[in-house]
Amino acid sequence: MGVMKRLTTIVQAKANKVLDKAEDPRETLDLSYEKQLEQLQQVRRGVADVATARKRIELQAQQLQQAAAKLQDQARQAISQNREDLAREALTRRSGIATQLEQLKVQHDQLVQQEERLVATTQQLQARVEAFRTQKETLKASYTAAQAQTKIGEAVSGISESMSDTGIAMQRAQDRIAQMQARAGAVDELLASGALTDLSGTSDPLQNELDKASQQGQVELELAQLKGQLAPPAATGELATGSSAPATGSESAESDEVALGELAPEEGTAETPGSTAPGTSQAGGGSPAGDLFSLDGGSGS
Amino acid sequence: MIVRILGEGQYELPETAMTRLDALDHALEQAIEASDEAAASSALAAIIAEVRSSGTAVHAATLIPSDLTVPHEGSTIAEIEQLLASESAPDPATSVTEGA
Repeated sequence: MGVMKRLTTIVQAKANKVLDKAEDPRETLDLSYEKQLEQLQQVRRGVADVATARKRIELQAQQLQQAAAKLQDQARQAISQNREDLAREALTRRSGIATQLEQLKVQHDQLVQQEERLVATTQQLQARVEAFRTQKETLKASYTAAQAQTKIGEAVSGISESMSDTGIAMQRAQDRIAQMQARAGAVDELLASGALTDLSGTSDPLQNELDKASQQGQVELELAQLKGQLAPPAATGELATGSSAPATGSESAESDEVALGELAPEEGTAETPGSTAPGTSQAGGGSPAGDLFSLDGGSGS
Repeated sequence: MIVRILGEGQYELPETAMTRLDALDHALEQAIEASDEAAASSALAAIIAEVRSSGTAVHAATLIPSDLTVPHEGSTIAEIEQLLASESAPDPATSVTEGA
């Protein structure tokens, strides 16, 4: 016996078991109508479940896209800082995300297909339930006729079969959702562990490296600027104030650069005699306290 | 002749289409026995194409049992075997409903 014949027997037997409970065929008609209404509810919920699963995947894909864009930026940043090693690391991770996205796409396509099929099933089922409601009353009214009994038997078999088909469709949709949830859970774990996103956070060593490199670059730049500013006065008597600095900031004697950095505002005020007036008013007023956190604020105005 | 494609619906086919359909059904059965996924996939696709092209769709509201049933489009051998396996082992969910 071929595959198609065997399948027919199986599918028809499945729902018949449920409907065979009723003794009176007229009861079977009412029972199958109720069962169909139940099933319609189930399929509608199924459509909603598949849609939820699909949206979750879409959200994850969006998060992965953002993570990938960030890594692309980091790679660019790393190259501009001559850190090819960091750029390589960023791009490697980015290609890992691309693989994840490909796998998500397969699942997404499957869910979209399931959703479309379930929506079509819902529409068919709805049409069938509505038609059946009137048909069953006609069949019940003419029940006594032998011909009607045959018709009832046929109608019930037809319903059994389509209900069983719908049941299998629901099962398939649930299987797909379960598969997707396993995959989505894995991606969520990856996202939560900071392996893919949270790249701006301190937990990301790649970003830390880039920040450190960027900070060093900034320090070097400021150092060069300061050296440029200090160069002409250093030749004259200003050298005296410069030499007194290490004495005051002796706690931080790690490097000359730090000492020079702390000196910057002092040098600025000393160079311009006019700026001493605002300097004293600052001490008295105390209102522009925000300037305390800005290196350029004091000498600039 | 009424043929149902699972997850899709029923089609009414002329008897003349049965020879081709039988041959394809046989090919599908052989492919499943040989665990030949590619052959099974192409046989199933051919069956579905044949049913759709030579049959006319039965309206969803029509209550009529099918003579033949085709697995879902794109089914794998494992999925078809799972469907066929419920032949011997009754669905536990149904049995529970019965007992209740």
